Amino acid sequence: MTTKLFGQAVQRVEDDRLLRGQGQYTDDLMPGALHAAVLRSPHAHARILAIDVDAVLDVEGVVAVYTHEDLVGAMAEPLPLLIPHPTLTHGRTQYALARDEINYVGEAIAMVVAVDRYVAEDAVDRIRVDYDVLPPVVGIENARDGDLLVHDDVPGNRAARMEQQVGDAEAAIAAAPHRLSLDLQVERSACMPMEGRATLARWDTDSRRMQVWTSTQTSTGVRAAVASKLGLDLGQVDVITPDVGGGFGVKIVHPWPEELLVPMAARALGRPVKFIEDRREHFISSAHERGQLQHVDVGFDDDGRLLGLSVQFWHDNGAYTPYGLIVPIITSTQLLGPYKPDNYKVVFDSLYTNTVIVTPYRGAGRPQGVYAMERTMDAIAAYLGKDRTEVRAANFIQPDEFPYDHGLLFQDGRPLIYDSGDYPASLEKLKALVDWDDFERIRDEARAEGRKVGIGIACYVEGTGVGPYEGGHVHVETSGKVKVSTGLTSQGQGHQTAFAQIVADELGVPFEDVEVVTGDTRRSPYSVGTFASRAAVMSGSAIALAARKTREKVLRIAADALETTPEDLEIVNGVVQVKGAPGSRIELGTIAVLSNPLRYAFDEASKAATQFVVGDPSKPPVAEDDEPGLEGKDFYSPPRSTFANGMHAVVVETDPETAEITILRYAVVHDCGNLINPLIVEGQVHGGVAQGVGGALYERMAYNEHGQLENASFMDFLMPYVSEVPKRIEIDHLETPSPLNPLGLKGAGEAGVIPSAAVFASAIEDAEGFPITSMPISPSELFALRLHHEQKLQEGPHA
Amino acid sequence: MKPAPFSYSRPTTLDEALASLAADPDAKVLAGGQSLVPLLSMRLAAPSALVDINAVPDLDHVRTDEKGVRVGALARHAAVLADPEARRVQPLVSLALQRVAHPTIRNRGTTVGSLVHADASAEMPVVLVLLGGSITAASVAGTRTIEAADLYVGPLESTLRHDEIATEAFFPALPGDAGVAFDEIARRHGDYALCGVAAVVRADEAGSITSVRAGYLSVSDLPTVVDLSEAFAAGTLDDASLDAAADLALASLDPAADIHATADYRAHLARVLTKRVVRQAHDDCTARREGDA
Ligand SMILES: Cc1cc2nc3c(=O)[nH]c(=O)nc-3n(C[C@H](O)[C@H](O)[C@H](O)COP(=O)(O)OP(=O)(O)OC[C@H]3O[C@@H](n4cnc5c(N)ncnc54)[C@H](O)[C@@H]3O)c2cc1C
Repeated sequence: MTTKLFGQAVQRVEDDRLLRGQGQYTDDLMPGALHAAVLRSPHAHARILAIDVDAVLDVEGVVAVYTHEDLVGAMAEPLPLLIPHPTLTHGRTQYALARDEINYVGEAIAMVVAVDRYVAEDAVDRIRVDYDVLPPVVGIENARDGDLLVHDDVPGNRAARMEQQVGDAEAAIAAAPHRLSLDLQVERSACMPMEGRATLARWDTDSRRMQVWTSTQTSTGVRAAVASKLGLDLGQVDVITPDVGGGFGVKIVHPWPEELLVPMAARALGRPVKFIEDRREHFISSAHERGQLQHVDVGFDDDGRLLGLSVQFWHDNGAYTPYGLIVPIITSTQLLGPYKPDNYKVVFDSLYTNTVIVTPYRGAGRPQGVYAMERTMDAIAAYLGKDRTEVRAANFIQPDEFPYDHGLLFQDGRPLIYDSGDYPASLEKLKALVDWDDFERIRDEARAEGRKVGIGIACYVEGTGVGPYEGGHVHVETSGKVKVSTGLTSQGQGHQTAFAQIVADELGVPFEDVEVVTGDTRRSPYSVGTFASRAAVMSGSAIALAARKTREKVLRIAADALETTPEDLEIVNGVVQVKGAPGSRIELGTIAVLSNPLRYAFDEASKAATQFVVGDPSKPPVAEDDEPGLEGKDFYSPPRSTFANGMHAVVVETDPETAEITILRYAVVHDCGNLINPLIVEGQVHGGVAQGVGGALYERMAYNEHGQLENASFMDFLMPYVSEVPKRIEIDHLETPSPLNPLGLKGAGEAGVIPSAAVFASAIEDAEGFPITSMPISPSELFALRLHHEQKLQEGPHA
Repeated sequence: MKPAPFSYSRPTTLDEALASLAADPDAKVLAGGQSLVPLLSMRLAAPSALVDINAVPDLDHVRTDEKGVRVGALARHAAVLADPEARRVQPLVSLALQRVAHPTIRNRGTTVGSLVHADASAEMPVVLVLLGGSITAASVAGTRTIEAADLYVGPLESTLRHDEIATEAFFPALPGDAGVAFDEIARRHGDYALCGVAAVVRADEAGSITSVRAGYLSVSDLPTVVDLSEAFAAGTLDDASLDAAADLALASLDPAADIHATADYRAHLARVLTKRVVRQAHDDCTARREGDA
C-alpha cells in the first residue's frame, strides 16, 4: 500500500518557489501595462462641488483620467450590496468613483491612467477638487448619539438593528441569584496582507474577451461583477488569480472600485492596465474590522452556571455596508462559544461612521464575541472567587449533547447547530499543557520577587466551512499525471499541498504527480471563494468526491482491460493491480489513453487508443452514459457549517515600573476535526496567534476627531515584528471529526486569532488585579489604568 | 508612494558633490537613504535634485585614537557598531547604535546621516551632544567644525547649511574616570523609542561621584542633555539621590503626547529610565575603576 498522506506533515510544495522569490504576483505580470493611480478623498465627509482635471492631461505620459462623469450604465450606479439581509434596512454602498459626496478619507474620486505609476501619481496631484467640507462622524459613541449623520437619509446612523433571542433572558437574569453587568470595548485593526490589492486587465479587441488578473479571494465573484458592471457576457470574462500575497478577509470584498475601473479602462484604451495599491492606500481605502462597544448583563448561579445572558452591542461598520451584516451577525452568534446559556438575547446596532468600511478580517466578528463572553466568564469567576476554568467547565456543552442546537440563525441563514466537539477534553489538555494548576504558586513566587505575572484563558467555537458549495475537478493525463482544479483561491495557505495529499490518497498516485490549480475561472467557473476557514472543508471535500469518481472510472476501465471486477483491484503508486496478484497490472496513464477513443495517433501511447485497436465495433466508441477522458468532477454543498473549537492560554509579565507587557508562554489546544496536514494547521495557528498578538497589544486605527487616520503607515501602525510574537507556541490537537463531510474536516484558517483579545485581557487582569475592559492595550494605557486604580484605592471605599 | 520627479547625480569626488549642492538650493544629499527615501516616497519631501554621495571615495572610515572615534559620512551604522576599537574607546556609541532600528536598516543607514537628520527621537544625536562631540562640514567655501551643542536648533533642523556635506563626526573618547549606559523603551524592538536615556557618570579615585550627565531622546523637541550632578552632591548614589536626579531631569524635559503614549507616560518613563541608566552608568564607572586598579 502507498503510505497514507492524509494526516502527514508533508512539506509545502509552494514554499520553495515562493521563498526563492519566484512567485508570480499580479504586479509581476505584463510589465509593459499602463498604470492607474487613484485620487482619494483627503476629507472624511464632504460634498464634491467641482472636479477640475484640466491640468492632468498636460502631464507627459498621461493616457486617461476618469471621474464619475465618465462612468456609464451600471458603472455609474453604486457598487453592489453583496449580502443583503432583511434587517439591513439602510444599506449603502459607494460608487466606483465618488459622485457628489465622500464619506471617508481615502474614498476614490478620480483615476488617472499613465505610462507608469510615477507619472500617474504626478498627475493625480494636479487634480483640483472643490469640497464643501461636512462635519464627520467618528467613533461609535458619536455615531450612536446620532447628532451628526454620515448619510442624510439614515437616521441615527443606524444601518441595521438585529435581535435574536432564545428563552427569556431578561426574566432569567432578574430571577438569578447573582447578576453582573459589563461594559466592554474593542478597537479597530485590519488584515494588512503583505501584498495590497492589485488588478491587471487586458481587453482582447479581436476576440472581444476580457482577461483580469486580480489579487482576490474570489475569482468568480470578481468575474460576475466585471461582467455585470461592464455589460459583458460572463463567457467573455476570465478572472485569474495569480499568486496572492495574503488576504485575511480584505480581498473577499468585491468588486473593489479598481477591480471594475481597471477593466473598464483597459477596454476603453485597448491596452493592458494595472492598479497596484500602495501601503498608504491600503490603510485608508481597504477594509478594517473589529471596532465594537458591548454591554453584557448576565445572571448566574453559585457554580457560575449561566442562567440568562443578554448582550447589546454597537458595531462600527464604517461608511458603507457592501458586505452586509456578516461581521456583527457572527459576533452575535459565535459569542456563545462552547457554552449553553439557557436564555440568551442579543441585540446589535450596525452603525455608520465616516471611516473606512468594515468587512471580515480573519476571525470575522468572532474575536469580539469571544471577548465579550470570556470577559464575562472571568468576571463571574472573580465575583464567585472561583477558578476561571471551573466556571467555564460548568457551562460547557457536553460531548453527548451533539449535535447541539442553539436555537439561533447563523451567518449563512441556517440554524446554529454545532456538529461535534469535546470541550471538557480540550480544557483538560490545555490545563495540562500550560500547567494551569501550578500557576498559583508561580504567581506568588513572582510577586515575592516584585514581579507581576498573570495567566489568561479563552475558549472559542468557530463556525467554519460555510456553504453554499465548492467544486473539484480531477483529470488524469495520459502521462499518468493528475491535474486538479478547484475554483476557490489561494493566498498562501498551502492548498496545493493539502489538496494534492487528498488526491494522492484517494487515487493512489504519487503526491508529486498531482498538480493543483486554484482560482482560475477558465478551469472552474463555478465557485464561491476562500474565507470563513472553508477551503479545506469545501474544496477538500469536493476534490475528494471528484477523485473518488475518477477512481471509479479508473477501476471500471481497468477491470475491463484486466478482465476482472473493480472490487478486485487496487491502485498503488499510480498503477492499477489485481489485489494479491501485483503481476496483473495496468498504469494509470494507460487507462487515461483507453478512456479516450482516438482517431489520430500522435505519440506511442495514443496508438493504443486509436479506432482500429480498441473497442467493440458493434457499439459506439463512447458508451451512452459515459464521457471520453479520465476525469472526475463533483461539488460539495454542506447542509450547514462545521464548528471547530479551541482554547488558548497565555502567561504574561507586566513590568511594575514601565507597564511593558511581555509574553512568557502561549499555549493552544485546537480541534479542527481531522488534520490533513498538521504542519499547515500549525502554521495557520502560528500566523493567527501572531496576528492576534498584534490586535491585542499593538495595532489600532488611530482616527482623530476629523476622521484622519493618523497612523497610516507601518511606522505608526504597530504590526508586531517577529521579536514581538512568542518564540514558541505550544500546541496540542484534539481531532473530533465532523460528521458533515466526507473527510471529517472542520477548518483551521482563522483559529489562531480568535481568542487573542480575550486571552490577553484575561492574563493582564490576572497580573494586575483590576478589570481590563478595553482592548487592545498598550503600556501607556496600562500605566494610566494603574494610576486610576491606585487613586481609587487611596480614596477608599467611601469616595 | 512614488517620489515626485527629481534629477539625480552620483559624483565621484567630494568637490564635484559640493559643487552640485552649491548649484541648486533645492538639492539634497542622499546617503543611506533610510530616512530620506521614505520621505520622498510619501511625497513629504520633493527636492529638485538628489546628490548621491555613495560613490565619493574615502568617506566610509571609522578611525579611532586616544582622543576619540571619527566616523566618516559613508560609514554605515553596522560598520560603526562592529568596530571593536570604537567600542573600546567610546562604548556609549555602540551601546546606542544597538538600539538604532534593525540590522537591515543599520546595514545601509549612516551614522552621520542620522546625526544631521536631527531627529529628536533618534539615538545618535543625543549621544553626540552628551559626549560633546562635533561634526565636520564641507562646502565649496571650505571646511568648518560644528560643535554638537550648536548643531541642533529644532525638530529635524540643524545648523548644517543646505550646501554643506557633513564629512565626518567625532565622538570624544570615554575619560578614564567615567562610566556610561544607555537604555530606551520602544513599542516594538528597533522602533524609535518612546523615551531613551544615555548617561555618563564620573567619579574620583575614591569612588565619590563628581559628575552625572544624562541625554534624553523622544521627550523634547531637541536632543536634550541635563546635568544631574547636583543630585549627587554628596558623592554617593542611592534611591534618594536617584529620585532627586529624576526630578531634576523632568524639570528640563517637555514630553508630548502622541498616538503611542501620553505625555504622562513618557514623563514616567523618563523618570524610570533616568534612575535605571544613571545607576548602570555608575556601576560601569565603578567596574572600570576597579578593573583598572
Ligand atoms: C524602519 C526604520 C526604522 C528606523 N529606526 C530608527 C531608530 O530607531 N533610531 C534612529 O536613530 N534611526 C532610525 N531609522 C533611521 C536610520 O537610522 C537612518 O539611517 C538615519 O536616520 C539616516 O541615515 P541615512 O544614511 O540613511 O540618511 P539619508 O536617509 O540618506 O538622509 C537623511 C537626511 O540627512 C541628509 N544627509 C545624509 N547624509 C548627509 C551628509 N553626509 N551630509 C549632509 N546631509 C546628509 C539627507 O539629505 C537627508 O536630509 C530608522 C529607519 C527606518 C527605515
